Amino acid sequence: MPKDDGIGAATVRREDVRFLTGRGRYSDDIKAFGECAAVFARSTVANGTIKSINTEAAAAMPGVLAIFTGEDFVDVGGNPAGWLVNSRDGEPMKEPKRPVLAHGKVRHVGDAYAAVIAETVEQGRDAVEALEVDIEEHAAVINMKDALAGTNYVHDEIGTNQCFDWGWIEDNRAATDEAIKGAHHVTTLELVNNRLVPNAMEPRCSIGDYNHGTGDYTLQTTSQNPHLTRLLISAFVLGIPENKLTVIAPDVGGGFGSKIYHYGEEALVLAAAKKLGRTVKWTSDRSEAFLTDAHGRDHVTKIELALDEKGNFLAFRTETYANVGAYLSNFSTVTPTFLHGTLMAGNYTVPLVYVNLKAVFTNTAPVDAYRGAGRPEATFSLERVIDMAAREIGRDPIELRRQNFIKPDQYPFASAAGLEYDSGNYDALMDQMEKVSDKAGFAARRAESESKGLLRGFGVNAYVEACGIAPSNLVGILGSRVGLYDAATVRVNATGNLSVMVGAHSHGQGHETVFPQIVADMLGIDAASIDIVHGDTSKIPFGMGTYGSRSLAVCGSAVVRATEKVIAKATKIAAHMLEAEAGDVDFNDGTFSVKGTNRSVSFGEVALKAYIPHDYPIDLIEPGLEETAFYDPANFTYPSGAYCCEVEVDPETGKVRVDRMTAVDDFGNVMNPMIVTGQVHGGLGQGIGQALVEQTTYDDDGQLLSASYMDYAMPRADDLPFYVVDHSQSTVCTHNPLGAKGCGEAGAIGSPPTVVNAVIDAMQSGGKNITHIDMPMTPHRVWTAMNNAQ
Amino acid sequence: MTTVTMTVNGKPVSENVEGRTLLSTLLRDDLRLTGTHIGCDTSQCGACVVHVNGEAVKSCTMFAIEADGAEVSTIEGQANADGSLNVIQQAFQDHHGLQCGFCTPGMVMTTASLLKENPKPTEAEVRTYLEGNICRCTGYHNIVKAIMAASGQDVSAIAAE
Amino acid sequence: MYAFDIERPTSVADAVAALKDEDAQALGGGQTLIPTLKQRLAAPSKLVSLTGIADMQGIANDGDTLRIGGATTHATVAVDTADTYPALADLASHIGDPAVRNRGTIGGSLANNDPSACYPAVALASGATIITNTREIAADDYFQGMFTTALEDGEIVTAISMPVPEKANYQKFVQPASRFALVGVFVAKFADGVRVAVTGASNEGVHRWTEAEDALSADFSAGAIAGLTVSADNLIADLHGSPEYRAHLVKVMTGRAVAAAS
Repeated sequence: MPKDDGIGAATVRREDVRFLTGRGRYSDDIKAFGECAAVFARSTVANGTIKSINTEAAAAMPGVLAIFTGEDFVDVGGNPAGWLVNSRDGEPMKEPKRPVLAHGKVRHVGDAYAAVIAETVEQGRDAVEALEVDIEEHAAVINMKDALAGTNYVHDEIGTNQCFDWGWIEDNRAATDEAIKGAHHVTTLELVNNRLVPNAMEPRCSIGDYNHGTGDYTLQTTSQNPHLTRLLISAFVLGIPENKLTVIAPDVGGGFGSKIYHYGEEALVLAAAKKLGRTVKWTSDRSEAFLTDAHGRDHVTKIELALDEKGNFLAFRTETYANVGAYLSNFSTVTPTFLHGTLMAGNYTVPLVYVNLKAVFTNTAPVDAYRGAGRPEATFSLERVIDMAAREIGRDPIELRRQNFIKPDQYPFASAAGLEYDSGNYDALMDQMEKVSDKAGFAARRAESESKGLLRGFGVNAYVEACGIAPSNLVGILGSRVGLYDAATVRVNATGNLSVMVGAHSHGQGHETVFPQIVADMLGIDAASIDIVHGDTSKIPFGMGTYGSRSLAVCGSAVVRATEKVIAKATKIAAHMLEAEAGDVDFNDGTFSVKGTNRSVSFGEVALKAYIPHDYPIDLIEPGLEETAFYDPANFTYPSGAYCCEVEVDPETGKVRVDRMTAVDDFGNVMNPMIVTGQVHGGLGQGIGQALVEQTTYDDDGQLLSASYMDYAMPRADDLPFYVVDHSQSTVCTHNPLGAKGCGEAGAIGSPPTVVNAVIDAMQSGGKNITHIDMPMTPHRVWTAMNNAQ
Repeated sequence: MTTVTMTVNGKPVSENVEGRTLLSTLLRDDLRLTGTHIGCDTSQCGACVVHVNGEAVKSCTMFAIEADGAEVSTIEGQANADGSLNVIQQAFQDHHGLQCGFCTPGMVMTTASLLKENPKPTEAEVRTYLEGNICRCTGYHNIVKAIMAASGQDVSAIAAE
Repeated sequence: MYAFDIERPTSVADAVAALKDEDAQALGGGQTLIPTLKQRLAAPSKLVSLTGIADMQGIANDGDTLRIGGATTHATVAVDTADTYPALADLASHIGDPAVRNRGTIGGSLANNDPSACYPAVALASGATIITNTREIAADDYFQGMFTTALEDGEIVTAISMPVPEKANYQKFVQPASRFALVGVFVAKFADGVRVAVTGASNEGVHRWTEAEDALSADFSAGAIAGLTVSADNLIADLHGSPEYRAHLVKVMTGRAVAAAS
């Protein structure tokens, strides 16, 4: 049994109290004395040449303080991509500049080409309307295959719309082609992984401040990783020395990837604050969020699966077009490549994998990592084609997967896509899924649905993903321009309570509750005496923030390492106090004691001694009790799972309802099961949303048709069922001190193919020869598919 | 500018507002009650729900002038008199009915209206009532569970850890 | 939003007077107008709020007909017509969401005549009379196409006179994002015949499906429309449905409404 509020306890979240009473402090809640407003002028056309911007009339408007255009930023840097990807021929990717404000051309609807700083938002809007702007509209580049075939370029200076043409694993290409050519059976599927708008409920907000007396800048912003934002602004965009820029991400209302990245608005408010000597604030409205937040997914894929006569998987080959939008967002190049191609062996012993992926510029909003980031795309392709293959060769989809699963005695397992999985037990997950989902009762439930005139389908899925992207030396070889460690400082205060400064950022994940559980467990003290500090570069060590389900596996491990250092030093202090050798001192449940004696001192007494070092071996031990650790993992972690769902389809309208959804995941050791379960729930909601309702559509002119909640369907409570979530079948991560794997993205990775597989099963049960429907499976799409199949 | 007078969380307030000043703007900018959040501009997300004369409204879709003379209550006024969480708030904490916290004030205010109208709602009734409150974090499972728990129903059979 | 003033008259006469100012616009519950103003898609000089006019509030029942004040909220209609006109109450209780229903008004909805709104369907199917400050307009004459009505500038919907059918039902197939009607069909059976009104489907806004009315007047059963087809001509094409899909749904929803009518 876990200790009260220790590792494994379902401790309720301490952060909830402020959120439930309206005392959260989100960026837009901050109001500085004398603050003024930034309002952006955004392109209404997808592709255009800026012929002129006359600011004279706007500048004379009431309340207007300053106007910036792209011209003001030509001498500063661009917002870079964080990962260099090379094409198959060794050529580096094309990397056009992403300026703070568009200059020369606008490249997507919503691209900001000017900003007005005014006393109030409404005055700023009035002035934006008064800008005299001449933009010559050009034809938009929207469809990826057209983009590659044509000569209408999003960035004229690079002379192509192809960012890169990547092969993985290039050395396996010929062998994969050969295996497919000679295979007993090949299943081929063309599919779309639909573009999504992340839609964190808190829109982005950035507040810039500059102190002319000290030269210090402060940026308060909706960020998942303030140190990364500081680094990008300092080293690449504005050149502000890192030590003169503090980035603070206060309470952040969800991120899902979209708040990892540095955006131009952040640089603009800093530049404006310096120019005006005023605090400058910009808050996105939802319409701006739809147009300018980095979108997710948007792959068009052809996948082939080759099987032998016994159903053994011989090879997966994919050809994918990945939309990167108009500019490279910070992780837009790694997401479709190393976070996608490396997972294309799935849970399987398949010997050959080859992925060809072309990243394509289009006149649309930038596309980057969104909950799952590459792994949902991989899992979707794999698990859809496997389901289709099972149907084609007359095999049960679960049994076909089991036949090809990596078995528990095969770890560590070198996958055909280049990763080394350290642990897992996919059969156990599948067993548990069949049990807790009551798969045996499906036939009866189908009969009941049919009696109501509804079709019922059962869909299944297995996934493995890679979290806590690492280690730094490997990712460096692969093109990463940053390290991928994290950091924690454990500060024991003189009176025995603790402040733990962490590099990860919590925006819903519950770090303020979970990290204290770990430290409390290790130190044997009350978790309530431990506070987490995060989100402020002036207070925390340099960490890489929160994304990729990494916070616990990477930053949590740093917390463990720092706490171990604290224990080591405290043991020395205790040994002095107990007049013993450090090697003779044990530490258990908050007490240091000399082996074989009843002599002991408490952790609190040691803490006090560290800060009031009278009678202290100052020549041997420094005063104070504060330790920092940076943790760079040895490998990714590999969460895995088996999911199933049951859907009901109304054949008259095409409406799909998810009736039952079961997620059985292996997250390794679980620190707080309540929070882990909640993370899965959220991922399931987003995954079902992707599968059924979320649709991001640009028309041929590059206008975003689904640009508000009136047309972009957010899953609502009545779209979703209660879920069955289980993580009883865990295998421990072998290379981090917590044995933890990460749980943030699993639900969004495992659920979309499960839902699609279930709908296809329902179609087949209704006598419709339908083998695939693209997401989102809206009523209209399902009805159309059924209608066409008649 | 027009002077509006109302009570907010039981306290009389008086502010000068423009015609276009929204109730949510009055609450957030003038009264600094920033627990009422703005998550969309099309009246759909529900992060801004407050009570006006006891009825749930979207404060971003009502002018401050229209609340002249009204009794307004916001998330900041929901806790018990001693500062402890009220039954709904406590149920949300106990059942992990929130993650990032941004939609939470609207969820709590909507729940209060639901339970006033329907003290023992079914799962389906809860889900339907939440039509105008969007959450991106929780997949709604624990929100629905928390609301049913807040109504005094036994939720132990609802799957979760 | 652009700047404007707000007046809150307490009588219809004062409201009418206030609306004579140039660019003055009536404000009902604001649930559609305020989002429109936020996008700066309208620039009124003045909004005249109608919700403070006592004469425009509430529901009166004079036998076979309900008289509903134009400023009555959806929430009030949903509760106060539950016994007298259950299909209307049911329709009102599914407009928007609870908070929207506490503000939105029937007069505002009818004046706006959104092609996907619910109230136009019940008004048209019930053969309602739209009562304004100057005249009474039969629903058949009132709805004149998407966002277009017979209202003159400055004319206010003060009440709706709604005959109560013997049987009625509304079936709404929701658009997944907005939750407005992708297709909504209101079927109302009166002693002298059946009226069927369709919302959400047409570029012309709410309209009657007269072939179904004829068939159902002869035989009020779902099977009576089985042989009919709905033309996709001039139906709405958007992200959420093709004209053909909407045409199909019109028939499906009509059948379901007939089957459920009570």
